[in-house]
Amino acid sequence: MAEFTMPALGADMTEGTLVEWLVHPGDQVHKGDIIAVVDTAKAAIEVECFESGVVERLLVEPDATVPVGTALAVITPAGKQPVAQAEQPAAPPAALTPAMTPLVRHLAEERGVDLAAVHGSGPGGRVTRADVLATSPPRAHPKGREARRPSTRAAEHAPEQPQRVPSAAGVERDTSAAGPHRPTAARVRATPLARRLAAEADIELAGIDGTGSGGAVRAADVRAALRGPSPVRKPQVAAPGRPEAMRRAIGDLMARSKREIPHYYLSTTIDLAAATGWLREQNRRLPVTERLVPAALLLKAAARAAREVPQLNGFFIEGSFAAAPEVHLGVAVSLRGGGLVAPAIHHAADLPLPELMARLRDLVARARAGRLRGSEATDPTITVTSLGDHGVEAVFGVIYPPQVALVGLGKVVERPWAVDGLLGVRPVVTATLSADHRASDGATGARYLAALERLLQKPEEL
Amino acid sequence: MNHDQAMALVQDVLTEIVPDADFTTIGPDTRFREALELDSLDFLNLVERLAERAGCRIDEDDYPRLVTLDSSATLLAERT
Repeated sequence: MAEFTMPALGADMTEGTLVEWLVHPGDQVHKGDIIAVVDTAKAAIEVECFESGVVERLLVEPDATVPVGTALAVITPAGKQPVAQAEQPAAPPAALTPAMTPLVRHLAEERGVDLAAVHGSGPGGRVTRADVLATSPPRAHPKGREARRPSTRAAEHAPEQPQRVPSAAGVERDTSAAGPHRPTAARVRATPLARRLAAEADIELAGIDGTGSGGAVRAADVRAALRGPSPVRKPQVAAPGRPEAMRRAIGDLMARSKREIPHYYLSTTIDLAAATGWLREQNRRLPVTERLVPAALLLKAAARAAREVPQLNGFFIEGSFAAAPEVHLGVAVSLRGGGLVAPAIHHAADLPLPELMARLRDLVARARAGRLRGSEATDPTITVTSLGDHGVEAVFGVIYPPQVALVGLGKVVERPWAVDGLLGVRPVVTATLSADHRASDGATGARYLAALERLLQKPEEL
Repeated sequence: MNHDQAMALVQDVLTEIVPDADFTTIGPDTRFREALELDSLDFLNLVERLAERAGCRIDEDDYPRLVTLDSSATLLAERT
């Protein structure tokens, strides 16, 4: 018997609001499955479970705000609970299951859909409920499944709904991450992408003519509405809480950082001629979907350098520093409309560049759509902030507690540069390090920036 | 694709990337990367979608021309 508890999704989080359960009692869950959505001041976060087994009981209702550590559900570990096993088809082999919620997996099993053949349209290629439904014609009477039908209701992050109703594809689900859940007056049939687009553009789905099956609103309809004269804007009062709450959360965490962490700061300017030249050659051969941005190269180098200087990679907890065994690189992502989040790219030092690039794109897209996962929010062991795209040459950041270092990268600029006694024009970047003096000294920090510079001179080895 | 169609395509794609983009303030000669605060990943998304929808290749050497609506539309109109 294991308890699934309200996780601490950041050093600043003391309580969280359960937005929605994505599982129901009796459901099989696998370690790493997304089983709940939790709202913090900063974002709605999809929370994975750390146990494989069967959901016994849900202890907390959606909309409840509880302290970190509160038991939310009881999960019976796999192997100890044969109940429900017999009734359910065997889970598909793990190799064939891309990221998805247990509900989607169940739905696919019910309908006999081969998940490996389904194209995932969700974030990160995740297979959504709509994808499964699109692949299979609905069966008129799912045998012996009536009782379970409601549980297949919401495969995606959705706000609490007043009642659980058996649903067809695309019942009203507000996937907006921008604000607290809003009760919706009318139920509108729409595809998940359409819903997301509408939420991002802040327009009402109800005001859009759907051209999909059964009048469902499709993404193209939303785009058409956006081009049209006057899409129905959602009332601006709809999501007042988030920006202020996020500003306060960032402020509290940064104030704590400045209060508790004796920062020291280092800066160096790095010649990027080799790196940008190499990138250019690579990208010339690649289709646009596989091209690399300089940020990917810089992040890889930052992660490798963190591995070389473990005194900067880890956490300062209860009076002492503990180095982390892996480098999970936090990446500061600024959000449209203000605020930022810094989720992790796991094992960044070991990822091949194309993979790291893909993860970066996926992570930034999900961060902006408010669809981060719990492990991404909590795992960074060192963070990189990059303001180069916003035009500044150097950034001296504030460390995210309990991490002990923050790397700042500025804009890549062309500057006069002396090489072998000759003056030339070179692309350069200013790299900075803010580090915690309780965990390391300036000499250690200097080794980090030196490693970063050295690694960037051999981009082909990154 | 003529210049007007190309212009509409660029606006469509920018709207997908920045849903609240306001083209009453972004004219044909406004530098939209700055105006819309596009980062390098947003810009890559822009290039990817333009290349796909217009059905033409856009190389890194072309990036300096994707600066304003007008210059982007000219590039796309040439290629298609």
